[in-house]
Amino acid sequence: MNRSITATVNGEKVSTEVEPRLLLVHFIRERLRLTGTHIGCDTSHCGACTVLLDGVPVKSCTVLAVQADGRQLTTVEAIGAGQLHPIQKAFKEEHGLQCGFCTPGMMLSSFALLADNPDPTEEEIRWALSGNICRCTGYMNIVKAVRSAAVQMKQAAAVPAGAVAGS
Amino acid sequence: MAIETPLKGFIGESIKRKEDDRFIRGKGNYVDDIVLPGMLHMAILRSPFAHARIHSIDTTAAQALPGVVAVVTGKLLEQHKLAWMPTLSGDTQAVLATDKVRFQGQEVACVIATDPYVARDALPLIDVGYEVLPAVVDPSKALEPGAPVIRDEKEGQTSNHIYHWEAGNKGKTDDAFAKADRVVSLETFYPRCHPSPVETCGIVADVNPATGHATLYMTSQAPHAHRTLFAIVAGLPEQNIRIVSPDIGGGFGNKVPIYPGYVVATAASLLIGKPVKWVEDRSENLISTGFARDFHMKGEMAMRNDGRILGIRVKLLSDNGAFYADAQPTKFRAGLFHIVTGSYDIPAAHVVADGAYTNKAPGGVAYRCSFRVTEASYLIERLVETAAIELDQDPAELRVKNFIQPDQFPYKSATGFEYDSGQYEKALRLALDKVGYDELRKEQAEKRKKGELMGIGIASFTEVVGAGPGKHYDIAGLRMFDSAELRVHPTGKAILKLGVKSQGQGHETTFAQIVTEELGIPAADVEVQEGDTDNTPYGLGTYASRSTPVGGAATAMVSRKLRDKAKKIAAHLLEASEADIDFDHGKFFVRGSPSKSKTIQDVAFAAYTNLPDGMEAGLEGVTYYDPPNMTFPFGTYLVVVDIDRGTGQVKVRRMVAVDDCGVRINPMIVEGQIHGGLAEGFGIAFMELITFDEEGNCLGSNFTDYLLPTSWETPKFETYETVTPSPHHPIGAKGVGESATVGSPAAFVNAVIDAVGHLGIKNIDMPVTSDKVWTALKEAGAAE
Repeated sequence: MNRSITATVNGEKVSTEVEPRLLLVHFIRERLRLTGTHIGCDTSHCGACTVLLDGVPVKSCTVLAVQADGRQLTTVEAIGAGQLHPIQKAFKEEHGLQCGFCTPGMMLSSFALLADNPDPTEEEIRWALSGNICRCTGYMNIVKAVRSAAVQMKQAAAVPAGAVAGS
Repeated sequence: MAIETPLKGFIGESIKRKEDDRFIRGKGNYVDDIVLPGMLHMAILRSPFAHARIHSIDTTAAQALPGVVAVVTGKLLEQHKLAWMPTLSGDTQAVLATDKVRFQGQEVACVIATDPYVARDALPLIDVGYEVLPAVVDPSKALEPGAPVIRDEKEGQTSNHIYHWEAGNKGKTDDAFAKADRVVSLETFYPRCHPSPVETCGIVADVNPATGHATLYMTSQAPHAHRTLFAIVAGLPEQNIRIVSPDIGGGFGNKVPIYPGYVVATAASLLIGKPVKWVEDRSENLISTGFARDFHMKGEMAMRNDGRILGIRVKLLSDNGAFYADAQPTKFRAGLFHIVTGSYDIPAAHVVADGAYTNKAPGGVAYRCSFRVTEASYLIERLVETAAIELDQDPAELRVKNFIQPDQFPYKSATGFEYDSGQYEKALRLALDKVGYDELRKEQAEKRKKGELMGIGIASFTEVVGAGPGKHYDIAGLRMFDSAELRVHPTGKAILKLGVKSQGQGHETTFAQIVTEELGIPAADVEVQEGDTDNTPYGLGTYASRSTPVGGAATAMVSRKLRDKAKKIAAHLLEASEADIDFDHGKFFVRGSPSKSKTIQDVAFAAYTNLPDGMEAGLEGVTYYDPPNMTFPFGTYLVVVDIDRGTGQVKVRRMVAVDDCGVRINPMIVEGQIHGGLAEGFGIAFMELITFDEEGNCLGSNFTDYLLPTSWETPKFETYETVTPSPHHPIGAKGVGESATVGSPAAFVNAVIDAVGHLGIKNIDMPVTSDKVWTALKEAGAAE
């Protein structure tokens, strides 16, 4: 028996019917065709499927779509929808990605970390990202990217609203 | 007037990667992202047993499930002569089992359904009648007389023995051992591990029944070779097969072989007339696709008491699983293991290798390694450590005493390799200096007095990467050259098409930079295309660190070809003799008057608008590059560990890596490759293990059991470089993607043994887990 759900996905309201057993990651990828969220392990170890549910990172391969009912869902497609987010810029600048497969999940975990802790130490970053596996980078440049994003975001926040660049 | 684009991306510049813009936006295009109209989904029923005879397969209930379109069994494939396929090592492998299953997880039947959930629902409805047979899980026991014969379907196969292979010279090596003051020996097992890219393997097969054209979107590290093999296996005309390898979420060797799932999905699409998608889950990836290593090694070194190595003798037993499917050049049955003399001038060497079938998954891929080079590097570096302990010599100085000297290059090794270039002591000294070696040794001595365990591990590795030349190296008969096609358009922008295929290595940036260096076209203006066999020149693909040594060389050579033509056009434009034209950073000018010049963009435009009489139009070319030799990257890795005597826990305090891969095209990307390899080397040394119980059940079939390093346990890396160009490579580069995975495991394990060697502990096999260390300490009477 299908269930109807209503969720806010990347700021837009989505109402649909789903099988109760449908995994959130399949709902996102197959139904909404938001393919930036990836599947790497099916057992919540690798974190490639990380999305934000009400701002909290969850592994969407072990969450059911029905559990998203009435909640806010954020995927990688939203974080740089207008201009690139400092986290995205920093991942590129610091060479924090190679094959790109873990990158969306890695960035969303970083996003949640920096929302909670705008000035994390390297140890804190490594702990916060320990649920996201990367096979390419050895994590060195990912950690650097998150540190760099933190600094950028802090500086951006310090600029008073309406300030003109270069003034 | 044209706006001048600033030049950017010459060799040696760490420009940011061109491919990143889509990945950071979640706009990559991986196989599982591809959806075609009417697409069906495939799921595979796998064997629960390691060894069993199949008496019956009843698919009635599965076929009756609404949404199921077809159930494919080996019997059906047999009718199309597709039940078996050739492997990359000249053996055969079952596509779907017909007579027996030979490893747990083997493909037995496939369900094709309209929905992936339904395809899965149907799997348990297939009723397979099995008669369980005794499983053979130990390769030594597999070779004992009376062991159950796993490959009883092969004519003339009466045992589980696969191959016997030798390298080097037995007589000379026996002489060296006869003259030795002492023999240092080490028996060690390099366990089975798995590349485990975060993206698993998959395919979307789209065969058009009307035209017979097959478009296969596949996780393929070698799309051209795969197309040829598909043509041979499936009997499809090669021109009708198009393989598209889209963005790949990591490969590390796992995406080199052709897997049964690819074949069945293609056959199903052909028979049903609709696209079929198959993407494996993580357990399927771990239990059935290309594993790595599983090498039992016994090494002996003939030594003089002063520390000089006179000879090396190695006996190997490889556990190849149920089908001999190693991905390696055909002439070399144990890959390039004979690089085992490593960085040392060892006058005599002899390697004897045998392979055995067992009831385990086939594969034998090189997990971020050039064909068994990592096993060889591990053995020699562990042997040198063993020798240092037994001779009570400093392991760094023992290495220096035996290194091949810079003036010995090109150096012919005792097993037949010709090393291109190296400065081994320089790299080692830099590592010692950066880590503060002498101070650390003092600290270690102090700690030892207090009963604390601290170790310093060294590995001074040499790799052999970048296969061919084609006359010596081939995969399934295909010579290991590679290719580049360059098209410079009238506006001076270019498209570079390659036979190799990135899985995250940054080809779109690195190879554009080679064009920038050779022609002066900014890297931003060079679009790099790979992976589509319809639109790229034939090549053997990306694995074994061969892209830069071979594909990179092809790129340089095709650029030079175009430069030669461009020079003629420039001479025409400048009304000068071609002999008087010089080229520098994208500008052609008349020698002696640099103000009189034409840019590469001017020349490109003229190639289509204003040519000298009699010259063919256009500025395009293609090069197939057959390398004259392999390249031999090297370096020294140095690891400092502290060990807790109460728990056996090993803490990596420092990891210093000095790499020499010749000329670095994009240093940022090279360093990223090294970081990744070091992390994988760390994982292999301390965590990653696929093992089996006595019934052949795979222990390590998911990420709960197969442990990969996360950001939390992965140590920080301190990376440095020396630069010794390859003399035979057009731009002096060597491969680098795998150096760190090849070199680092021995450094990690040597550090542990350096900490505990004085207690009489000679060896702990990988993965060096806390329980193994604690048990060894306990047996030595040193555990707390």
